[in-house]
Amino acid sequence: MTAHSHKKDWLFTYVFSTDHKMISKQFLFTGFIMGFIGMLMSTFFRLQLGWPGESFEVFKMFLGDWATEGVLNPDKYLALVTMHGTIMVFFLLTGGLSGTFSNLLIPLQIGARDMASGFINMLSYWLFFLSSVVMLVSLFVEGGSASAGWTIYPPLSALPQAIPGSGLGMTLWLISMTIFIASSLLGSLNYIVTILNLRTKGMKMTRMPLTIWAFLFTAILGVLSFPVLLSAALLLVFDRSFGTSFYLSDIFMGGELLPYEGGSPILFEHLFWFLGHPEVYIVLLPALGITSEIVSTMSRKPIFGYRAMVGSMMAIGFLSMIVWGHHMFVTGMNPFLGAVFTFTTLLIAIPSAVKVFNYLTTLWKGNIKFTPAMLFSIGLVSTFISGGLTGLILGDSALDINVHDTYFVVGHFHIVMGLSAVFGMFAGVYHWAPKMFGRMMNNQLGVAHFWLTFASAYGVFFPMHFLGLAGVPRRYYTNSNFPLFDNFVDLNELVSIFAIIAAFAQLLFIVNLIYTAFRGPKATRNPWHGNTLEWTTPVEHIHGNWPGEIPEVHRWAYDYSKPGAENDYIPQTVPLGPDEEDEGGH
Amino acid sequence: MAAQALNVDKKTIWGGAFPPFRASYGKMMMWFFLLTDALTFTGFLTAYGFARHMYPHVEGDPNSWAVAEEVFTHFPFLEGHHPLLYVALMTFILIMSSVTMVLAVEAGHRNDKKGVTTWLALTIVGGFIFLGSQAWEWYHFIHGTAEGVVKPIIENGKEVVKHVHGANLLHNEYGHPLFADFFFFITGFHGTHVLSGVIINIVIFVNVLMGTYEKRGHYEMVEKVGLYWHFVDLVWVFVFTFFYLI
Repeated sequence: MTAHSHKKDWLFTYVFSTDHKMISKQFLFTGFIMGFIGMLMSTFFRLQLGWPGESFEVFKMFLGDWATEGVLNPDKYLALVTMHGTIMVFFLLTGGLSGTFSNLLIPLQIGARDMASGFINMLSYWLFFLSSVVMLVSLFVEGGSASAGWTIYPPLSALPQAIPGSGLGMTLWLISMTIFIASSLLGSLNYIVTILNLRTKGMKMTRMPLTIWAFLFTAILGVLSFPVLLSAALLLVFDRSFGTSFYLSDIFMGGELLPYEGGSPILFEHLFWFLGHPEVYIVLLPALGITSEIVSTMSRKPIFGYRAMVGSMMAIGFLSMIVWGHHMFVTGMNPFLGAVFTFTTLLIAIPSAVKVFNYLTTLWKGNIKFTPAMLFSIGLVSTFISGGLTGLILGDSALDINVHDTYFVVGHFHIVMGLSAVFGMFAGVYHWAPKMFGRMMNNQLGVAHFWLTFASAYGVFFPMHFLGLAGVPRRYYTNSNFPLFDNFVDLNELVSIFAIIAAFAQLLFIVNLIYTAFRGPKATRNPWHGNTLEWTTPVEHIHGNWPGEIPEVHRWAYDYSKPGAENDYIPQTVPLGPDEEDEGGH
Repeated sequence: MAAQALNVDKKTIWGGAFPPFRASYGKMMMWFFLLTDALTFTGFLTAYGFARHMYPHVEGDPNSWAVAEEVFTHFPFLEGHHPLLYVALMTFILIMSSVTMVLAVEAGHRNDKKGVTTWLALTIVGGFIFLGSQAWEWYHFIHGTAEGVVKPIIENGKEVVKHVHGANLLHNEYGHPLFADFFFFITGFHGTHVLSGVIINIVIFVNVLMGTYEKRGHYEMVEKVGLYWHFVDLVWVFVFTFFYLI
């Protein structure tokens, strides 16, 4: 082999790979790098919120011009908050989470050689990479990055001259998000058709692991909601650059009437939240799917209510499309419409409760193995409950109006969507690292990582509910200007201290992950004694996943501790015995 | 695909190792892509409806919603008042190009290269005529009438009363500025789709001429671009209804 072709091999194996396992690792690392940056941003603005107006050496080191003499500038505080939200929601939890695990698990768990289209899969990753780069570049342009919040409401986002961050930073944000939407849609199209068309023989829909169901619903939600964000963004681009008035009307700036007539920012909010709410479940469903899988495997029990799990995911997916108005209760919405949105929102509590009930009943009297993956999964169940309960308060228009735009909201969505999804992602990484890297992650470090993260995460977000109920508004640069909030100085400091602990705790994970990827102890083929198909593949990755024929599937994925069976697990490839029945079929 | 020839019961069809909708992954991806595109257009048309309801047409008010019959009254080489006649013609041409596309796909099923070539060429011609017509329609909308209308507009930071001729993204002779904004935006977005459709059709046309699909043994690519083309035509029906009829 010549040196040239060897070089080419390297390029197409590690960089422009069309193999789903490599693409999944690319998503994982890109997502985590973005997530790490997003987390750093949050610790920076938590420093400002905990000790307002103080000078920090770390700001001088990292933020430069953004912090004059080490004191964070108010407009850059907004930039940090905006970029933190954008990066976490889209890059870590949409691209990173769904990209990593859909890519890794869909072909492996349904028994396919690869994704339906390897090329489109590669394109999806590289567009994701490009959009990440553009988003990061926007931090370094004049005026700073976008500063209108991750929801980029006009007019702040629509008038380039409004605030420093509304200029080039906002333009780059829109470019980056447009590329991101293309990436996400290409990925979703691939996931859907792969799941529908490429299941191996015997892999009926009712025998699919719940992870695959979750990825399927996630992809469908993405396909239905991201295009509407594209509509909203394109109209915004026209308002910004070509003088249309879709979202703007009657605006004075510096005593001059701007030539915009007739538009309405509420229109943007409707279009945005039509994406925005399903987006919550795009983020959450993969984590719930991963948890279903791990909870069952690690308590050595079949998942309780398989059909109910699938049905509740379907119900959540459907309902998530018709509740977007609950983000807009204070926009002057007709109270009747508010009541309708309250009704549909509260309906989501039913399928969510079904899921929680099924997790708990799966755990009940199980032979529980407390691996880091299992701990994070149980952590997800916990945050899903505690965040979900405050969702009942926010979903009710009469109650929501009182706590709208306060820290109550921040606490709620960080627990129910942020923490749950991040926990699901961690659980997935701990559980499938043997599959991704062929190596085991360190257990002790994992357990320490869990407890530190779990405790400090609640330490960050739980007190926020009290701040919010007391009326402390979100998005403010400082709370020290209002005597009303002087009582909460300590609480704000506490939150910030926990945020810093949580950030440092992630170092344990990073060390563990990087060490595992290169040096960790070799994994066996089926370290967790799982039933699903990915554990029948060789530890070393090969193109096409199975060396010989793709195995045939004979049963559902959850035959754990089946009475009378020799082992406490029966892989899906084992044919049904003469007196056995397939549990998934009914 | 071979799947189309098989006759299988419902149990087998979802039982794995079989495409349940009897369609190749490429065709299914096209369907789902069209779904995403449909939702983007839905976003725009919903936004249009939002504005349309905010500013209903009021007789004599130059800033209320425009009435299409009073705006689009020109027909090439004809004098006088021909409301919506030209847009009806271009709609007809676009729909006929869908018919020729169906015939091209049908010829593809029979592996009839000559048939595919003829019908696809006619489809491309139809697409170009539509694009040209749209340009013509825009031209007249932008230039407006000779007499124009006197109405208040915002200029240099102040509201002034001025003569306005034609429509652009800032002013609109015929009614509310948002009417023009949405008209240019949505018909422009649709026109971009038609243009990309024509370009893709040309690429496929060249492939047909070179015998790529004959060698491959099937003309599924023609079917896939056919789906896209029908979709673009279908969207026009909605755009046409929204802007010209209601």
